[in-house]
Amino acid sequence: MATLPVLAEGLRKRYGPENALDGFDLAVPEGSVCGLLGPNGAGKTTAVRILATLLRPDGGQARVAGFDVVRQAAQVRYRIGLLGQHAAVDEVLGGRQNLVLFGRLHHLGAVAAGRRADELLERFGLGEVGGKLVKQYSGGMRRRLDLAASLILAPPVLFLDEPTTGLDPRGRNEVWEAVRALVAGGTTVLLTTQYLDEADQLADRISVIDHGRVIAEGSPDQLKSRLGGDRIDVVVHRADQLAATAAILGRAAGSGAEAEADPDTRRVSVPVRDRVAALTEAAWALRDAGVAVEDVALRRPTLDEVFLHLTGHPTETADERPQEVTA
Amino acid sequence: MTVPTVSTPPMPETPLQRLRWSLADAWTVTGRDLAHWVRQPATLVLNLLFMVMVVLMFGYLFGGAMTVPGGGSYREFLMPGMFALSMLFGVEATMVAVTTDAARGVTDRFRAMPMARSAVVAGRGVADMLNSGLGLAVLLACGLLVGWRWYGSAADTLAAVGLLLWLRFALVWVGIYLGLLVRNPEAVVAVQILVWPLGFLSNAIAPTATMPGWLGAVAEWNPLSATISATRELFGNPGWGGVSWADQHALLLAVVWPLLILAVFLPLAVHRWQRLSR
Repeated sequence: MATLPVLAEGLRKRYGPENALDGFDLAVPEGSVCGLLGPNGAGKTTAVRILATLLRPDGGQARVAGFDVVRQAAQVRYRIGLLGQHAAVDEVLGGRQNLVLFGRLHHLGAVAAGRRADELLERFGLGEVGGKLVKQYSGGMRRRLDLAASLILAPPVLFLDEPTTGLDPRGRNEVWEAVRALVAGGTTVLLTTQYLDEADQLADRISVIDHGRVIAEGSPDQLKSRLGGDRIDVVVHRADQLAATAAILGRAAGSGAEAEADPDTRRVSVPVRDRVAALTEAAWALRDAGVAVEDVALRRPTLDEVFLHLTGHPTETADERPQEVTA
Repeated sequence: MTVPTVSTPPMPETPLQRLRWSLADAWTVTGRDLAHWVRQPATLVLNLLFMVMVVLMFGYLFGGAMTVPGGGSYREFLMPGMFALSMLFGVEATMVAVTTDAARGVTDRFRAMPMARSAVVAGRGVADMLNSGLGLAVLLACGLLVGWRWYGSAADTLAAVGLLLWLRFALVWVGIYLGLLVRNPEAVVAVQILVWPLGFLSNAIAPTATMPGWLGAVAEWNPLSATISATRELFGNPGWGGVSWADQHALLLAVVWPLLILAVFLPLAVHRWQRLSR
């Protein structure tokens, strides 16, 4: 398996007392999209920065496109594209000017850089705004230009670090479309995200990362079935009906899981197997029992629930992260 | 099914090829800044006009109340101070450019690309020197309009311009170091504020002899004062040649001070740059 485009073994990185990465392993097969899912401060960005040769690991090793990221960094840089958390393009230049600049810095000749810029603008639907200042672009357009700039040499491996953070739904869709087209062309992609639905939309495999190591790995479907799939939430009017509601939902769910009741929000939540059957069953049973219902919702598990389920602790931001490692 | 490809240029192998790449990359990065001038000329013009405004302010608003020891026109005394001050203010420009690129992720993009890493810094330096060179040219023209002249030989005049740019070159590295150090564009404001007292605590605007003793001594030893005294001497403008050691050896100090600044800040900037990988 020496030909895996992305392979990390036991990567370690410390910042002061904090272990940003603590034995991080990852293997991404060629032509697939791997989603690295985790909360802020879990170590996602550190992992990507090491793999993209921006950061030296304290321990462990990693190979990208077959080259060691520390000893053969120059070779790695020829074969990767990196999309960081911000659109790393020059706002005071035009879109085309940006791509020509990056093309020249990839040592394409003036003519070749210009041709490549036009090709990429066309491909990402920016052909008509190539002359405009990037300042005037929408968030989605900037991100697409950013993506184009990381594809100057058509790299076989692409790193996307939270590519849609801060974008509106439309911009997010634009970026998703562009990434899908790339993957169809055979590019291997490592994507970090805080959003379960983003990993769901794009990734073939998901690695869940917490406290600097991968704690769960599988296809989106496998991960979701481990969580019990979709959930029904019911908010009741009277707190004294919580227990009865929990019992009814537990029976209706058909998943064998117990319903959780939260007295503060008067919300009862349960994972379900068959969405429609469970919802219908629950609605009838609640009416027959005379429960006053304020709200009913059928929803997918949130990242918080994935985490609670996998780690036994809720998600935390980097700043609030406790020192002890529970996973 | 593959991504539409592009013929990849071969990697450099010999040291000579690598040097050629570094120079080409540095020039490309410089060209990026020159393109900024073209795409956003208003920023460039405003920066140039700012120093002209400072000259007019001191030359005409406050100048009437100033007397130059040993006699002579205040505006002729003032201009060398303004030239040097504009070199000092250049630190801000360098710093803003460096922090903006770092904050926007452009620096990371460069570092993840197969380009010469030194070129990012070298290109910045060349662009800033060109920018300051242009600024100095405008200020020299402005000086001529308000009655400033040079009286030394052509060689002396060129030497004075050289000393000013030598100071700016040293300050480029201060700007790069500080830019990499602070990492967020808001902190630049703090430096922008500190640059003023640093610039005014010199002989740029008022002779050090008119200041309280200890303050005058500090101002006399300000690296900026050395360059200003030396350029006054070389241009033949009034206000140079005091009795203190620093005044007597202004030419020497105008060469040595920037050298010392370089000796400290060049390694610091390189160190900071390397620390980005840690």
